[in-house]
Amino acid sequence: MTATDLRRLRAGLAFTAPWIVGFAVFTLYPVVASLYFSFCDYSILQRPLWIGLENYRTLAGDDVFWISLRNTLWFAGAAVPLGTVTSLALALLLNQDVRGRAFFRTLFFLPSIVPLVASAMLWLWIFNGSSGLLNQVLAPVFALWGGAPPAWLGDPAWAKPALVLMSAWGAGHSMIIYLAGLQNVPRELYESADLDGAGAWSKFWHITLPVISPVIYFNVVMGIIGAMQVFTTAFVMTGGTDGNPARSTLFYALYLFSSAFYDLRMGYASAMAWILFLLIATLTWIATRVAARKVHYND
Amino acid sequence: MTTRAPIGQRALTYLLLLAGAVLFAFPMVWMVSTSLKPPEQAAAVPPTLLPRAHYAEIDGRRAEVTLDRELADRPGWWQVTAKDGARERRELPREQIDTRIEPRWGNYPEALDEMGAGRVGFGTFLTNTLIVCVLGVAGTVLSNAMVAYGFARLKWRGRDAFFAVTLATMMVPAPVLMVPLYGVFKELGWIGTLLPLWVPAWFGSAFNIFLMRQFFRTLPEEMSEAARIDGAGEWTIFWRLVLPLSTPVLAVAALFHFLYAWNDFLGPLLYLTRQETFTLAIALQSYQTQSGGVEWPLLMAASVVTVLPVIGLFFLTQRTFIQGIATTGSKG
Repeated sequence: MTATDLRRLRAGLAFTAPWIVGFAVFTLYPVVASLYFSFCDYSILQRPLWIGLENYRTLAGDDVFWISLRNTLWFAGAAVPLGTVTSLALALLLNQDVRGRAFFRTLFFLPSIVPLVASAMLWLWIFNGSSGLLNQVLAPVFALWGGAPPAWLGDPAWAKPALVLMSAWGAGHSMIIYLAGLQNVPRELYESADLDGAGAWSKFWHITLPVISPVIYFNVVMGIIGAMQVFTTAFVMTGGTDGNPARSTLFYALYLFSSAFYDLRMGYASAMAWILFLLIATLTWIATRVAARKVHYND
Repeated sequence: MTTRAPIGQRALTYLLLLAGAVLFAFPMVWMVSTSLKPPEQAAAVPPTLLPRAHYAEIDGRRAEVTLDRELADRPGWWQVTAKDGARERRELPREQIDTRIEPRWGNYPEALDEMGAGRVGFGTFLTNTLIVCVLGVAGTVLSNAMVAYGFARLKWRGRDAFFAVTLATMMVPAPVLMVPLYGVFKELGWIGTLLPLWVPAWFGSAFNIFLMRQFFRTLPEEMSEAARIDGAGEWTIFWRLVLPLSTPVLAVAALFHFLYAWNDFLGPLLYLTRQETFTLAIALQSYQTQSGGVEWPLLMAASVVTVLPVIGLFFLTQRTFIQGIATTGSKG
């Protein structure tokens, strides 16, 4: 190494020094340690004790683990499509030549920056079975057939759907990303389609959708990653990590959290974390495979 | 679009926009509306939007009353209960009850008082939250800008490999890091303090490094070369030339971190053990779960208080906000 190389290396390391420490302490060490703990009996109070694959074997036979996994996949399977359709639909509406665009855009966007704990309180109130706004509106409708609206968060069959509905309220964030994508669609494409006499639907299907497909791919992947780790809303709205009622909202991250920090089964929780990592990686890979066939990149 | 859509299609667009506006805005309107109601009106059937107050003459004095029920045998007459004193009941004709629209602003101080359960003031929660937000934002901007400069504007051996590793770390989901990080902070004796919530921001994060590096790379290299010929060191170029030109990207990183820190619930839940150290997010949650339950109007008032600063921040920085999301979305 020449003197210049060495000087450059020193400068490079000096500027990246914060991240070298941050990478080592807050990323590399935790990743390695968590993998190691996943093969250990570890309670943080004592030193980790190597037990091989025992945690993974126990997980395979742990009913609660499977319930939490099923609930989480259910939630992601409903929330990601609903969120995608909602945010794309809002973006398409706003992409028209309409008055008050900025006003509507602000209105749709704001709920997505409301702190999760506060929006959880709000929806807890709206979903309240007896005096919540939603059921006050629905009760007369259900009464026409002599029925009553569901108790939402109080009913094991309706608690997850309630959380899914609530998650669509935060669609404003991805709406902004879609809107930016839609503004990149070249106008000439629409103009020539108009000359060919294409209808609105065929323009959407053959022009808009292919051009914004990379944006859809990005949002779906981010959506999956977020939904698989859903925690705060469920924790606040169902009163902790039990997944009330009847474990219907016991999500993966809740079970992982309670295993680690309430039961102090840190090795067990680490094994769960690595399974989650693999699961998210697999889902992302599947999305990427689908994208490879459907997504159209311009460059 | 150049050709105007047919009138029917435009009408449908506005109809859908209005429907969407109602669905997205009404929950927030409801939150504010509930926060200004007396408890017995929050669950009124049918629901009312505006908070009301009822007054009646009781024993020659004017008192605020609750409308309990209309009398079955005497239509137009209501049973009312005075809110103050001995809570006397009276039966009065509706005309003698003076009803006016009156927001109950007192819910706000009451909720903020109760949040701390009398021991810790609301001011403490706000201060804690601001400490975490402001120190975190300062660390995010400084550390990531430095590191991104090292990756974007300097050439050194191993740089590209290290950057590739940096990008790869973005794939690791937070739960994988959670247990060992807790161990690290426990070793450092930081559990129960605010330190785990802002100190890591001073050591860079892959996403922000990536974001800033992209921006720094667009600045002309000749500018740096000219400064080097004039004898400027790298730190001077970074501090005097690159940083001032990069305010848009620094603002985006700052804004997003502020929002993240303000909203974060899992972090405070993990690391904060005493009420004196609580941030607003966790204080609000613990207020809701406190023994005896909380009246909905008070809970909504406390929620509005945690939401308002975020909404205010949005209106102050709208352009940065929207452009930040649009660029991080399409480039990430």
